[in-house]
Amino acid sequence: MSTSTVDADIATPASAVQIVDQHIVEIVSDSGEGAQTCGQMFADLCARNGNGIWTVEIIPAEIEPPSRSRAGASGNRIRLGSKPVTNAGDCADIVVALNEQVLYSRIDAGALRPGTTVFVDKTWAESPDEDIRRRYAEAITDFNARSYFVVESPIEAECRKHTDDPKKGKNMWVLGLLCAIYDLDRSSVGANIAKRFAKKGEAVINKNLALFTDGYDWALAHVRQRYRIPAQKHTQPMVVMNGNQAIGLGIMAAGIEVCSMYPITPATSASHFLAQALQDAGGFVHQAEDEIAAIGFAIGASYAGKTAVTITSGPGLALKTEFLGYAGMAEVPLVIVVVQRGGPSTGLPTKIEQGDLLAALYASPGDSPKIILAPATIEECFHFMITARKLAEDFRGPVMVLSDANLATGQQPFPKPQLQTDWLAAPIDQAAWDQTVPPFAWDAETGLSKRPIPGQRGGEYVLTGLAHDEESHVAYESAINQKTMEMRSRKLAVLQSVLRPPKVYGDPEGDLLVIGWGSTLGCIEEAVDQLRAEGKRVSSIHLRFLSPMEPGLKQIFQKFRRVMTVEVNYSDPVGAPYITPESRRYSQLAQLLRSQTLVDIDCWGQVPGSPIPPSKIAAELRRRLDAITKEN
Amino acid sequence: MQGLHKEWEAEAAPRTCAIEDYQGAAARWCPGCGDHAVLNAVQRLARDKQLPPEKTVCVSGIGCSSRFPHYMSTYGFHGLHGRAFPVACGVRSRRPDLHMFVVTGDGDCCAIGTAHWIHTIRYNMDLTILLLDNNIYGLTKNQTSPTTRTGEKSNTHPRGNVLPPLNPLSVTLGVTNASFVAQTVDWNPPHLYNTIRAAYEHKGTSFVRVLQRCPHFTSHIFAEAQSDMSQCLLLLDDAGIPLDPGLQRLFPNRAAHNPCDLASARAIASREDVYPVGLLYRDENAARYDLQTSQGLGKSQAEKVAATEKWLSKYEL
Repeated sequence: MSTSTVDADIATPASAVQIVDQHIVEIVSDSGEGAQTCGQMFADLCARNGNGIWTVEIIPAEIEPPSRSRAGASGNRIRLGSKPVTNAGDCADIVVALNEQVLYSRIDAGALRPGTTVFVDKTWAESPDEDIRRRYAEAITDFNARSYFVVESPIEAECRKHTDDPKKGKNMWVLGLLCAIYDLDRSSVGANIAKRFAKKGEAVINKNLALFTDGYDWALAHVRQRYRIPAQKHTQPMVVMNGNQAIGLGIMAAGIEVCSMYPITPATSASHFLAQALQDAGGFVHQAEDEIAAIGFAIGASYAGKTAVTITSGPGLALKTEFLGYAGMAEVPLVIVVVQRGGPSTGLPTKIEQGDLLAALYASPGDSPKIILAPATIEECFHFMITARKLAEDFRGPVMVLSDANLATGQQPFPKPQLQTDWLAAPIDQAAWDQTVPPFAWDAETGLSKRPIPGQRGGEYVLTGLAHDEESHVAYESAINQKTMEMRSRKLAVLQSVLRPPKVYGDPEGDLLVIGWGSTLGCIEEAVDQLRAEGKRVSSIHLRFLSPMEPGLKQIFQKFRRVMTVEVNYSDPVGAPYITPESRRYSQLAQLLRSQTLVDIDCWGQVPGSPIPPSKIAAELRRRLDAITKEN
Repeated sequence: MQGLHKEWEAEAAPRTCAIEDYQGAAARWCPGCGDHAVLNAVQRLARDKQLPPEKTVCVSGIGCSSRFPHYMSTYGFHGLHGRAFPVACGVRSRRPDLHMFVVTGDGDCCAIGTAHWIHTIRYNMDLTILLLDNNIYGLTKNQTSPTTRTGEKSNTHPRGNVLPPLNPLSVTLGVTNASFVAQTVDWNPPHLYNTIRAAYEHKGTSFVRVLQRCPHFTSHIFAEAQSDMSQCLLLLDDAGIPLDPGLQRLFPNRAAHNPCDLASARAIASREDVYPVGLLYRDENAARYDLQTSQGLGKSQAEKVAATEKWLSKYEL
């Protein structure tokens, strides 16, 4: 047993259990030490227990970064709650770090606050390498100076009792530690471990159980403060997955058989899932030679009757724009998923940003109206794929789904969808086509039309990206061009006419209305909750349809003194050099709303490369609200 | 149908398609353009093979030759510059029942669409690719193309093209998994027809480069070859492109060439003294990607739901 002063300080055998309604835990290690497995298992146990969770992967930029490096941290953040958790939250309450250097990457990311409990493996204090010993000692001094509650823990030493290769066992020990700290029933966890390692044989199961038990017992004996987060058992079957997996499952549930893609972070994991699963549903993933070929292949499959999906991120979207214009012009049903990352150019490939809204909207030479949806939750990532395919076919054109790196890697439980046959695409229609009906028989009111599919006798036509008439014959006449542009545009208005206005979160009138879209939903609503608890008159709305937008926005805006967007994309800060009301560049949704509604909508656009935590949003909204109040 | 009473038959008379059944809008290529001959050959082939027009799809990119689908009365896809191949592969991926022709030009295929050209050859899906190579950009009015000969003047190289031309046959034969590579000329209709027919009959991607006259911008390019048949080298083999013996004799230069011999095919393709005419290479055993992509077409709706449910359940708490 260690004689470290820190250990002694917390060595109180009969530790207290405090009831809390939410907590944030992080586990970080060098990559390859299994912190992610530990985090996922812990999150899974809590979710089964009935806790709300939101899990985010902490991923190093390199595949095999050097060990004990600041940039190399790999692991998970798990936010636990009594109620459903909608975002990754603010600063961590507990961080377990298998070495002190990876902890620095979390400090650099702003993940810790004074008072955060930090468990650090103290094996490094006894390293044969003097430099490591020195760096460890310096770090511990620094952590204390930063007012973290540092617990130097004998993780490796304890693991050595059960395994010769502690690098592969520490994660189970830490799982035991966390399960004890959060007062989880150890017997159910043991069964879970046995199931997880069942394929590896009894010896491996027993070793992992021993490591888990040791960690659990060590925590009971040495950790003074334990917590319980009351949970309610789920009354319906729940699933837990990340946004990319939800998109992949949604694609299957929509009956889409062709996913055509080119590898790009952070979108590719959706295709990884489909590469495994889609063939069971009769489909396949085509890995194309480039982004352009990926969408071209998808358009070919769609033209031939199998509405396809292509999945990409911002740089890929840029390459696909010519074909997007084609899909709009030639009215080819198509689903395009854009999992946004930081831009411009190669930008921040693994980080979150909502910077592709305008690029998506205007991705085409000329004017090519398209439908754009933005899921705000992981559950919506699933369901929006079914909506997207239906809209693509009913409105005969491209439908874009804008997700982002936050949804792509975040995990959240949601009610297990009850799959329905009518979510699937209908089999290809090969009945004879009425020859009197042209391939573009635009309804004069709605612009909608039905398309012939190759194989339908009597429907033979040539699809073209050139201006064309109802017969799809190339037509350069001005009147035809004017009319066909109108027909393609009209479809968006028709779609808007069947949408409902967005629901206002909070009171329908007040001092400030916040507008968001995409993955910021949970953070914005949590910030609004905080401020409303302080008595502030603030509400929010969250748009799911960005083209066409949901109706009734102007009427909602008129009930508030000020309206602003909160977005994870760039806007010029007011008061910066040269920035005037005339020169200021607004965040992207704000630009669209301003032009669409002629309301003086402000914005707060930030590009930290990470989700903007609720406390930071609340602080900014508080500042704005104070300014509004002062106007009185 | 045999054994059924005549009145019960859905279609009493067998359907016969005439050449008119494949003719679309009147072709608007220049008089004397080699594309007309290719169009005629494809329409004749469709008639001879009795391809149902509704089951036939012509895919093209952008350029003079890419207007091709408009002049057929089958289904067609007139796409983007350089992008005919990925679209055609997408169509083919789930439609083994269709008859597919891809029409492209030397700018479309060998410049802006080069990446797709290489990979489409490698995918080896069942497509008949016709590269109508006139050594020039015609639609955009006389710019140098990758296959333009050194020294030829154009609007983009008024002092003459400084680079040696790219050889589409050598490039295609250099791609792993190439399965059918042939060359023909627009001014010999029987050879043109027989080449396209052999390409159509090949199961896999057949790549046919057609030396095609552009009367407007490059009338001189193939004029000598047209009048002096010795500039062509006719490749002959029992497994090659059949040609009437009388017509064979019009070619002073003839050579036996086994189309299974890739090394010999590459050597012939790279000859600069003659235009090889005939089948350079055929491999009927090359891997076909479309046999992979069309698997699972028969899944019922219930099977799809069951498969999705199976995967969804893996994420259940």
